[in-house]
Amino acid sequence: MFWNLPFIAVVALSLIGLATVVTKKNLIKIFLGINIFEAAVNLFLISLGYRDGGIAPIFTSAPSTEMVMATPQALTLTSIVIGVATSALLLSFAVIIWKKYGTIDTDQIRRLRE
Amino acid sequence: MDLFASLTTGTGFWNPLAWLIAVIAATVIVYLILQRGEPGYKKGTAQTTPFISGNPEPGKEMVHVRASNLYWGYLDALKGYYDLVVPAHTGVVNDYVLWYLGVTAALMIVVVVFI
Amino acid sequence: MNGFLVTHAPALLIMLPLIGAFAAPFIGKVSPKVRSAWVILIMTLTTLTALLLASDVFMYGTRIYVFGAAAPDLAVPLDSGGIPIRIIFTVDAMSALMQVIGAVCGFAVLLYSLSADRIHSGLESFYTLFLLMIAGIMGMVSTGDLFNFFVFLEILSIASAGLIAYRIDGGLAVEAALKYFVLSTIGAMVILIAIGIYYGEYNALNIALIASRMQFTLLDQIALVLIITALAMKCGSVPMHFWTPDAYSMAPSSVTAMLVVASQASLYGLFRVVFTLYNVTLNAMTVGWIIIILGVLSMVVGVTMAIPQKNVKRLMAYHAISQTGYMLLGVGVGLAVLGNQPLMDSFGYIAMEGGIFHIINHAMYKGLLFLTAGAIFFRIGTYNLNKMGGLGHSMKYTMIFFIIGALAIAGIPPFNGFASKLMIYESVFAFNPVLAIIAMVVSILTLASFVKVFHSIFMGPKLPGYETVQEAPVPMLIGMGVLATIVIAFGLFPQAVVDGLIAPAAHALADQSGYIAAVLGGA
Repeated sequence: MFWNLPFIAVVALSLIGLATVVTKKNLIKIFLGINIFEAAVNLFLISLGYRDGGIAPIFTSAPSTEMVMATPQALTLTSIVIGVATSALLLSFAVIIWKKYGTIDTDQIRRLRE
Repeated sequence: MDLFASLTTGTGFWNPLAWLIAVIAATVIVYLILQRGEPGYKKGTAQTTPFISGNPEPGKEMVHVRASNLYWGYLDALKGYYDLVVPAHTGVVNDYVLWYLGVTAALMIVVVVFI
Repeated sequence: MNGFLVTHAPALLIMLPLIGAFAAPFIGKVSPKVRSAWVILIMTLTTLTALLLASDVFMYGTRIYVFGAAAPDLAVPLDSGGIPIRIIFTVDAMSALMQVIGAVCGFAVLLYSLSADRIHSGLESFYTLFLLMIAGIMGMVSTGDLFNFFVFLEILSIASAGLIAYRIDGGLAVEAALKYFVLSTIGAMVILIAIGIYYGEYNALNIALIASRMQFTLLDQIALVLIITALAMKCGSVPMHFWTPDAYSMAPSSVTAMLVVASQASLYGLFRVVFTLYNVTLNAMTVGWIIIILGVLSMVVGVTMAIPQKNVKRLMAYHAISQTGYMLLGVGVGLAVLGNQPLMDSFGYIAMEGGIFHIINHAMYKGLLFLTAGAIFFRIGTYNLNKMGGLGHSMKYTMIFFIIGALAIAGIPPFNGFASKLMIYESVFAFNPVLAIIAMVVSILTLASFVKVFHSIFMGPKLPGYETVQEAPVPMLIGMGVLATIVIAFGLFPQAVVDGLIAPAAHALADQSGYIAAVLGGA
């Protein structure tokens, strides 16, 4: 049960993030929801990589115990970097929309429809 | 590789070159029939102006049928359908995300529960 | 030399656009002309590499490229215990076909763009993003590694979002990009969850290795749904299509033509997942019908929403949704009978070939149509159909290209759309006649809708205000001409194209064991 805690946290965080995206009308809050969802995904990846009693995969004078495969950490790092890029781009969109529309309420940002 | 092979579709086939030859033949026949038409035709007389019950002809730019006037009957006949579908495109980003999550949930039920 | 090039071609296909992209702003400091020459050079080299690689793949079979290995084809390191740990590019016939589509479309669009987008400012970043899009598409279609697929997907969506918002246009373009990007970020994260599930279950990211270990447990079913819906959303299938008309209509026309190819790269991902990752382990009938239903919904809703549109690019965007439905329908029928060899031979392969043939045809004629819309906008400055009329007098070549594209999309012989639609109709009729009838009705509505567009743009007398409109510039016409030539050539020699390109791709897609053997060896 205890080992499932990270995965329960992942589900909870994803639901919080997605619920924020769906229910909040403020653009910045939507972006925060996306970020929470990203954090959930990153937590999911990093908890997949956990091995009980494993050591870091550095071969120089390493004891001959189990080593942790470094792939999930690499994935998480990549995913965090991509997350930063997406956040930056989304926020820059919010800036321009605020300048041009004068609002960041999604109910007002609907000049393109039908 | 035979460049001019027919396209086989399991139950049928399609040869574009045969079609092209047929079209050219039809064009030639149409042209021959057209040649037999009445050649007498005087430009600049009443023969070339439209007859609108004696009313003066409106300017050329007035007679162009604009896009929104096309297919009025079709749209009116399917009004019930369009009244359903068009408002679904609300333009609110929250709704779009909700549609996406809803489809995911629906497919999840179909695939995971019913298999 | 030639062998060396072919061996390293998969890596070059990513490397060339990336180098070109990040060098373009610096080279642009010299002069815009030099930058144009540079971008053209990079794109030409990329196209040649793609064609070279494709000719090799179609002749000798799947090519793999292992990054960082002692030899480029050493997929499984000798001391790893039979597990491919490095990032592998696997280029089979289907990938090669998609690369050719991306490269040829990219080349034609670039020629067009150099002339059409000259009026914009900030062009240095425009071409950087454009080439990043090419790199993203090439990476998505050639990678054999799931996480790598996600990375290229994100490169592609970030670059596309930047380009959609490029003409800020009073905030409208940014609004479109925002909607696209919010959806695609969430979709990409969902894909990452699915990839995590695969990793947790099979300790692997390599598509071939996961495919060889696939069990179709409950977790696999969840991952399948997550990945299918995310990719179906990215390729714009109804009812997750809402971003498509916004993004397609507000992006510059050259970018819209590339977005069509980008959404087809997502479609490729969808097919790759269901056919290569799962293949017969999944319940082919159920998943096949899911894809068929998504396809039919896309066809019907797409085309009916297109008819009342007033913005020409928005109208074409809805048609793009509708045409994506045909591809989903064709390949979905192929999936529904997967594993049943007699049915597969009688119509399954034909349906898949029709769907895949439609991908390449759609990329060509839809690109052509968006480019003509862009040429019209370049000359008269509006996309509003109500304000257009009588342009056939002054823009004759554009009109001819538009007619070619419109007849091709409506499936009128002898253009390429007819050939692929005929294959889809006849094979789908053997599977379920109702679906074939729906497909034909949608084609008729498509034709009706393009008759409206043609009438309101080109027909009628010269309107006041448009007396001085001129023909589109020559480079734009060349870009359109390249695509139009392909449209006609594919329509006149359909069987040669099917035999040479499409059938190998369809068989490569359906042949999971061949894909696995190419990476893991004959095991």
